[in-house]
Amino acid sequence: MVVGVLALQGSFNEHIAVLRRLGVKGVEVRKPEQLQSVRALIIPGGESTTMAKLAEYHNLFPALREFVKMGNPVWGTCAGLIFLADKAVGQKAGGQELIGGLNCTVHRNFFGSQIQSFETELSVPEIVAKEGGPPSFRGVFIRAPGILEVGPEVQVLAEVLLPSDRPAKRSAASENLEEEAVAEKKVIVAVKQGTLLATAFHPELTADTRWHSYFLKMLDEDSQEASSSMALSSGNLSLSDPPKYELPIIHY
Amino acid sequence: MAGTGVVTVYGNGAIAETTKQSPFSVKVGLAQMLRGGVIMDVVNAEQARIAEEAGACAVMALERVPADIRAQGGVARMSDPQLIKEIKQAVTIPVMAKARIGHFVEAQILESIGIDYVDESEVLTVADEDNHINKHNFRIPFVCGCRNLGEALRRIREGAAMIRTKGEAGTGNVVEAVRHVRSVMGNIRVLRNMDDDEVFAFAKKIQAPYDLVMQTKQLGRLPVVQFAAGGVATPADAALMMQLGCDGVFVGSGVFKSGDPARRARAIVQAVTHYNDAAVVAEVSCGLGEAMVGINLNDEKVERYANRSE
Repeated sequence: MVVGVLALQGSFNEHIAVLRRLGVKGVEVRKPEQLQSVRALIIPGGESTTMAKLAEYHNLFPALREFVKMGNPVWGTCAGLIFLADKAVGQKAGGQELIGGLNCTVHRNFFGSQIQSFETELSVPEIVAKEGGPPSFRGVFIRAPGILEVGPEVQVLAEVLLPSDRPAKRSAASENLEEEAVAEKKVIVAVKQGTLLATAFHPELTADTRWHSYFLKMLDEDSQEASSSMALSSGNLSLSDPPKYELPIIHY
Repeated sequence: MAGTGVVTVYGNGAIAETTKQSPFSVKVGLAQMLRGGVIMDVVNAEQARIAEEAGACAVMALERVPADIRAQGGVARMSDPQLIKEIKQAVTIPVMAKARIGHFVEAQILESIGIDYVDESEVLTVADEDNHINKHNFRIPFVCGCRNLGEALRRIREGAAMIRTKGEAGTGNVVEAVRHVRSVMGNIRVLRNMDDDEVFAFAKKIQAPYDLVMQTKQLGRLPVVQFAAGGVATPADAALMMQLGCDGVFVGSGVFKSGDPARRARAIVQAVTHYNDAAVVAEVSCGLGEAMVGINLNDEKVERYANRSE
């Protein structure tokens, strides 16, 4: 089993490192033709505008949309969530291209600038039910997006309570009051719709691999190969691969 | 811990000594999101828009690009906060700004206007010749320059969540950046093969804290994100820095001092993503127009910004 990681920009190395810990080979995807050799795709965190520009330069969007439409499992973290959303607000002037497919509205950079970035313990009942482990997951939110509304077919996997002292960031006149009301209480930060998974936070920055193995199980559900593929793939990690040196995961 | 009678023992977590509000992981986290990207110097909102459109993953807001600071001389300081605010409003990507080395009040100002990252930069005139800013005191993350491994680890100990090479800013000459990244990577390779017993003496030799040296040895790389900076002017320069092992690239004067900034910016962004694909780098390097005028660093009269701090 080979999982592709969109490697235009952002935390793709981190995702590949987590996959490696789970015994799964992650391959970097930068060009449309590389999508044909993978069965699932992770779209990492990063700057969504940058990733959109790079995808546009190499004409990746049609291939990505096709990949989603064919029912291949795709998981977007942070910028990847924005990519998968049908609608995004708070974009740069002129907007940006999206892949779409996930029936929800995402607010880009919902929580504000870096000074409002935070970590919190998230309640993740669905993940605990499937993967076990502690009842909460440490969510790292970096200039993160928030999901403002979801369609009926979308399953909500995690929400976060908004800190009350959150500065009123949304001053732009284009954003309406209705949104303001939603923003007062909880905001959705992880969803699943069919073969699409999306998180506003960064499981790839933590030592907890449950989200990744949850995603890998979506792959198994999706195909006939079933779980034997997991065992096979660990043998595929060739020894000749040059060693990759990754950044530390910081615990407290 | 004053008043509680509890003494915090130094050195519990190798790099993660920090305040509750903004843990070190969140500071490093943003830098991790910038990996594989290009950060461009811009002096106004219009340039910031060009950079964003080209695919920069962040912009560095400043009053004069390093090439102009070199040409005009005088004291270079933090930019007018009004200008930085304008740039921040013009784009949705992260905005960085430079503070003088040791000038913690400039850093406080930048923190209060909600900048995403501060560059404690040797390109500006040094404010404190002995001390850098104690970056642990801030909720905002910092990036600092280095010429070698020891300098990088000293900055990380002071709280820097991201490291860049110093290079020689504003020269369009990549030689110093190559020297610095080679020096860092070479030292890490030496360290990796070293007996644990020798690390104490090595830490002393490179004048870096032992715990961070040991952590670097175990990781096989710097414990934070490492970018290249100082003299990158062409897509090939940028891809060179990536192949040497950097996580991303800063481009200062190289973009907006060239003939066709929008096009060159876009080419450098593509070269960083496809740094291992010579065909793509070749394609984007075609017909970029004039590159910035370079400065030959063999000339004695050229001031070395990199030597302004240790």
